[in-house]
Amino acid sequence: MPLPIDDVIGLMIDNLKKRKTVFPIPYRRATGWADGLNIPEGGKTVIYTGSMYQLLPYMIAAVKNMELVEDSFLGKFVFMGRFFNKMFNVSAFVSIPKKADVKRYKQIVYNIAKLLKKAGVEFGYLYRKELYAGTLAYDLGVDDAFRIQAKRVYNLLKENGVSTVITVDPHTTNIMRSVYPTIIDGYDIEVKSYLEVLATSDNLQPLHSVEKEITIHDSCVYARHESIIDEPRQLLKRAGYTIKEPKDNKALTHCCGGPIESIFPKMSHTIGKNRIQQFKDITNGGAVATMCPICMASLKKASGDGLEIEDISSFLVKAFCD
Amino acid sequence: MSKGVTAMTKVNPDFIKKVATSGEFNATACMNCGICTAVCPMDIELLPRKLFRYTLLGLEDKLLENTNIIYQCLLCKMCEENCTADVHIAENVRFLRSYISKEVFKL
Ligand code: SF4
Ligand code: SF4
Repeated sequence: MPLPIDDVIGLMIDNLKKRKTVFPIPYRRATGWADGLNIPEGGKTVIYTGSMYQLLPYMIAAVKNMELVEDSFLGKFVFMGRFFNKMFNVSAFVSIPKKADVKRYKQIVYNIAKLLKKAGVEFGYLYRKELYAGTLAYDLGVDDAFRIQAKRVYNLLKENGVSTVITVDPHTTNIMRSVYPTIIDGYDIEVKSYLEVLATSDNLQPLHSVEKEITIHDSCVYARHESIIDEPRQLLKRAGYTIKEPKDNKALTHCCGGPIESIFPKMSHTIGKNRIQQFKDITNGGAVATMCPICMASLKKASGDGLEIEDISSFLVKAFCD
Repeated sequence: MSKGVTAMTKVNPDFIKKVATSGEFNATACMNCGICTAVCPMDIELLPRKLFRYTLLGLEDKLLENTNIIYQCLLCKMCEENCTADVHIAENVRFLRSYISKEVFKL
């Protein structure tokens, strides 16, 4: 029996309304990636993480628990979690992330910022003030909660004098660039993905030779919603990698299955496995580059140990940074 | 249910009105070709073409019976990329979710 949709969605939306994020995590877990990078606080141009990479280790842990109850009578008791969650942060108890996952996802945002610095881009960061962009509420069609969150984010940017944001994941890019303007009058924030910013920089030249074949996994959101297709390829090529293309690629890329994982974990896993098969058809134990935290988590889970699945920034940093 | 008898379904004019006035659901250009269903990685018969038929016909009961399927869409837009009638399929699925969120889940 599938999980009760209304309670699973309700729990996340209660969090968004009350705690300004679908999944409350300690703030140091959201901002700790920036340690040692000396990024100034605020500024006209800021890196905007929306905490997507930082949230993933918690989501992975939560989904593991949901999978355990998905087909059991316990699934019926998700409503109790929702009830208690109104009083205290239940998510903090039910999803204790693996240390290795926390480290891995934190390192990705660190690498992205390092690449931007190497490219000579000047940017700040809002640290603790930064808010989740509301992606999940939008995808699940909880429009009132989403509108409130979108306005919170816009007000935050205006109050801090931000005019350009550099995003690090496809979902936050899409929401802030293509969805906010449809619901916020006079929305005037320029939104660029870090991949677009890096692709136009002449400063980014390889320091190390990296002879390796990399299979590219386009994110549906980057490729089909935001037409970000050439930039990751240009960057990998410039870095010195040889690109391999799976059967479904570019604008016809195959979804990783991740978007439905919080409600239908098993179906999500099947879609991920179908995609993994497309990689295995062209590479034997090779490297696969993802560009989205959700894609990375879903595909890693679906592949087992067979492939080296890493965020594209991990490959780029090896070539472009010291 | 005996052979040859189909489940009773009633058109809900109120639902048709709500969909029409929302301004957020638009599948009138749909030619019912089924390409979207054929390319959808979920491989579910109802997704998305038949869901849209139910919506346009005002078959609210049929839609709500299939709430799970409405949430099984990945919003990946593989269907849209292949739809020659330019139907904003993912937006339409999102509309159905927002309808359920408000009217059924009361979120
Ligand atoms: S592909 Fe487009 S026109 Fe064809 S059935 Fe689907 S929505 Fe309708
Ligand atoms: S957006 Fe939904 S209906 Fe369209 S192809 Fe993806 S999963 Fe299927």
